[in-house]
Amino acid sequence: MDKKDSLTLLILTVCLVIFPFIVTNTYYISTMVFVGINGIIAIGLSLLMGYAGQISIGHAAFFGLGAYTSAVLTAKLGFHPWGAFFLGILLSSCIALIIGIPSLKLKGHYLAMATLGFGEITYIVFNELTDITGGPSGIGDIPKISLAGYTMNTDIKYYFFVWAFLLLILTFSLNLIHSRIGRALRSIHDSEVAANAMGINTGKLKIQVFMISAVFGSVAGSLYTHYVTFVSPSSFGLFFSILLVMMVVIGGMHSVWGALIGAALLTILPEFLRALKDFEIFVYGSVLLLIMIFLPRGLIGGLEYLFNRLIKKV
Amino acid sequence: MPLYSQIIQYVLSGITIGSVYAIIALGFNIIYNSTSIINFAQGEFVMLGGLTMIFFTVMLKFPLVIGFPLTVLVLTLIGIIMERFAISPIKKPTVVTLIIVTIAVSILFKGIAMLVWGKDTHFLPPFSGEKGIAFMGASLNPQYIWVVGITVVVVVLLSVFFKYTIIGKAMTACAVNRTAASLMGINVKRMVLLSFALSAAIGGIAGIIITPITLMSYDNGAILGLKGFGAAVLGGLGNFYGAIFAGLLLGVMESLGAGLVHSGYKDAIALLVLLLVLFIKPSGIFGVTEASGFKKF
Amino acid sequence: MFKRKLLILGGVLFLGLALSVNSFAKKVDLKEPYKIGCLFAFTGPASWLGEPERRTAVWIEDKVNKAGGINGHPLKLLIEDTKGDPTAAVLAAKKLLKEGVLAIVGPSTSGESMAVVPIMEEAEQILVSCAAAEAIVHDPKTDKERKWIFKTPQKDSHVVQKIYGHMKKSGIAKVAIITDTTGFGAQGREQLKKYAPEFGIAVISDETYGPKDTDLTPQLTKIKGTEAQAIVNWSILPAQTTVMKNRIQLGITIPLYQSHGFGNTKYAAAAGEAAEGVIFPCGRVLVAEFLDKKHPQKKLLVEYKKAYESQHKEDVSTFGGHALDALNLVVAALKASGPDKNKMRSFIENKKGFVGTGGIFNFSPTDHTGLGLDSLEMLTVKKGKFDLYKK
Repeated sequence: MDKKDSLTLLILTVCLVIFPFIVTNTYYISTMVFVGINGIIAIGLSLLMGYAGQISIGHAAFFGLGAYTSAVLTAKLGFHPWGAFFLGILLSSCIALIIGIPSLKLKGHYLAMATLGFGEITYIVFNELTDITGGPSGIGDIPKISLAGYTMNTDIKYYFFVWAFLLLILTFSLNLIHSRIGRALRSIHDSEVAANAMGINTGKLKIQVFMISAVFGSVAGSLYTHYVTFVSPSSFGLFFSILLVMMVVIGGMHSVWGALIGAALLTILPEFLRALKDFEIFVYGSVLLLIMIFLPRGLIGGLEYLFNRLIKKV
Repeated sequence: MPLYSQIIQYVLSGITIGSVYAIIALGFNIIYNSTSIINFAQGEFVMLGGLTMIFFTVMLKFPLVIGFPLTVLVLTLIGIIMERFAISPIKKPTVVTLIIVTIAVSILFKGIAMLVWGKDTHFLPPFSGEKGIAFMGASLNPQYIWVVGITVVVVVLLSVFFKYTIIGKAMTACAVNRTAASLMGINVKRMVLLSFALSAAIGGIAGIIITPITLMSYDNGAILGLKGFGAAVLGGLGNFYGAIFAGLLLGVMESLGAGLVHSGYKDAIALLVLLLVLFIKPSGIFGVTEASGFKKF
Repeated sequence: MFKRKLLILGGVLFLGLALSVNSFAKKVDLKEPYKIGCLFAFTGPASWLGEPERRTAVWIEDKVNKAGGINGHPLKLLIEDTKGDPTAAVLAAKKLLKEGVLAIVGPSTSGESMAVVPIMEEAEQILVSCAAAEAIVHDPKTDKERKWIFKTPQKDSHVVQKIYGHMKKSGIAKVAIITDTTGFGAQGREQLKKYAPEFGIAVISDETYGPKDTDLTPQLTKIKGTEAQAIVNWSILPAQTTVMKNRIQLGITIPLYQSHGFGNTKYAAAAGEAAEGVIFPCGRVLVAEFLDKKHPQKKLLVEYKKAYESQHKEDVSTFGGHALDALNLVVAALKASGPDKNKMRSFIENKKGFVGTGGIFNFSPTDHTGLGLDSLEMLTVKKGKFDLYKK
């Protein structure tokens, strides 16, 4: 983590702590909870896409695996929420390993299709294993999670809970990027052949990052489950996978900060556009298109550009 | 119904739905070849084709022979508009940016279709009745014959176009090597525009022929696009005959999966086959490994 | 130039003043509006469900306000889109609660309703869902009705009993079921399997299809290969018309039963001849004109049907009716007990003989659906129109 990152992280933390004291409306707090949940997966995906240069259009599957592990184990089998939480992580990383080994040998659009196929199969399994997952009707009445004696049963408590997780994950990711592994990853993104020639085991690295991003997805899934207390397959389909990729790209693929900004924008924007009713999806599509046309490096790219101009002027 | 005629039935249904996947996959390939873009709005072309046809023939009561070419014309225009306003304005495009752009366009198309046609599912009467035709103990929907027949015509016309016309040859040249093509005096930009127009028109045709079987609503595009993309990848991106073979294979796998295993898992079975093929042969059935390496991500 | 600017400024100020006086004047002679929240999926994959619900709700709001509001209070609906997505429904529900609604009507689908239920229970606010699943109002863990939750669509189990009862009379003992993979279809599938033994019926084939499936001949071919004496198609999706069409195409002659999810003339029209003779249990809104003059639901049904069809140029469906019943119920509660949520809740819970489009509702602390088997009528399709089924 460099100085700039530490400073930004500090500012972000302060803002996050102040936020619920200024904005007391639980609807906004609740929206921020979802920003946090989506942000966690987006950060993981940006490590995979932006740094290792591997696309995944199936990350909703890991989100779903985490969510369903927590839901099934706690609501149906009476497991402790934290036990289910860690089993979810274990399951997701194992599946990421099994899927990752053959998939990450694929390139470009072939990898996109393979991950997409994996996401769809997982979605179908959620739908069809009715005895375990409840099928399309989903699982309801899932217990809340508690930490150090506090049950996370209000929006404010959950807000702090989720964002604490996000800050942890963000710190971990920033450290990872600036470590030896991070530099090796970027070399894969630039040229896999060159990286290989330099003695970097690119195959192993790619799978490791894939597993890390799967774990982040699973964490977010468990957090989602204990917040909404209901899961059904429709939340973990192709649409959500694509939404995640959009968060990463719209925010700016070359930075984990971008993923966070993208997650915030794409979670808040639909809430913001509610007043438009039927015109919402039209405006939503247009906004995405315009961002991509005018800011091909994403929102963070645009911000950096503005910032640099500002510095030059001063 | 004896098992063998059941299997014939599954295969017939599979071939029909598979030809639709094949024709959508062709649309993917045309654009991919000239631009190396995967156009995620390809499925929306199919949706718009079906709904425009409904507008002409059901709402305005035009006869089929007029509605068909009019719809194809409208779709060609839509393809041109898309290229002009969404693809060509992007400077220094990367593959991921272009994926997001085409997804944004597909959301936009969906939004427009919802405002124009409403949220209901629309119906298009079949071209020539719906009485099943008996075939070896199975029953054939007459629309199936239209679907398969028109797909064959489209494939033949496309092969002729790419092999024997100057423009077609120029487009093929762009596919092989863009820089070299532009050095030979081919206007690459115009070829990109043309590929979008052509691919939209083909998507429109797919929409017209399948709507009588599948019904059409504003949000049907994505899933059709997805299946078409699957077929294009399975066959080897950019490979026309591969796309047709893979489309039919996926259709038949699905249909057999539904009939012999369980209907809930039919898509999973088709996708599983696709994944296994990719794991064994990472560039699709007919793809060339070097070619998949060229189009860098 | 300066003068002109002054003029414009003056004009704007005057307009603003006039408007504020006007709105002030309005406030004086009208009481504070009663706010009711509505959660409908009017965009997204369930929009064909949410759209008629939204239209119906707007119609009711207009009607109530034209008649002088509720005890002099105008009715104000806050309608939010849930997009068929549980997460969006959760956020929308929280938004509505913050805006101070007295009760919420909706959501449209079972999944969204299940996601909103815990929020409403925690906030202790009334929810009248427009979705069918029984788990919405009934907590399977405690085996009790959820305190603050009600719903207006008929129970799936009643529909199943009605269908099986009819089959038993016709001497059918082996059935094939084909259901969609939405929450609606999955619940139906569960109930169909659960009640079969009670009626001496065996489910010998169990097929499903997805929302965007395009061709269902494989599933039906499989059914054709069995010894089933009838097919039950349980779906709320447009794709259910494909089942009917493919059935005719394959030359399947055994009778086809549909669920109450077939309650939409457009589906019948789309299936054309293939829909002829299909049998299904449903609320009476589709056959309003055939009902006896003295039937208690006749007046409401005919009025609703006329208003909806003249305003929107499309046939009425049962889906909009669920929203109508839910909203009317909340309005009646407000009229009787004022904006007190506890009183409203106990009013609804003890309401008997409430006439709705879905039937005559009799709520009780052990029944938050309020509809019995008698709310359903066996219908059929005759020459492209719905009609009462007569032997």
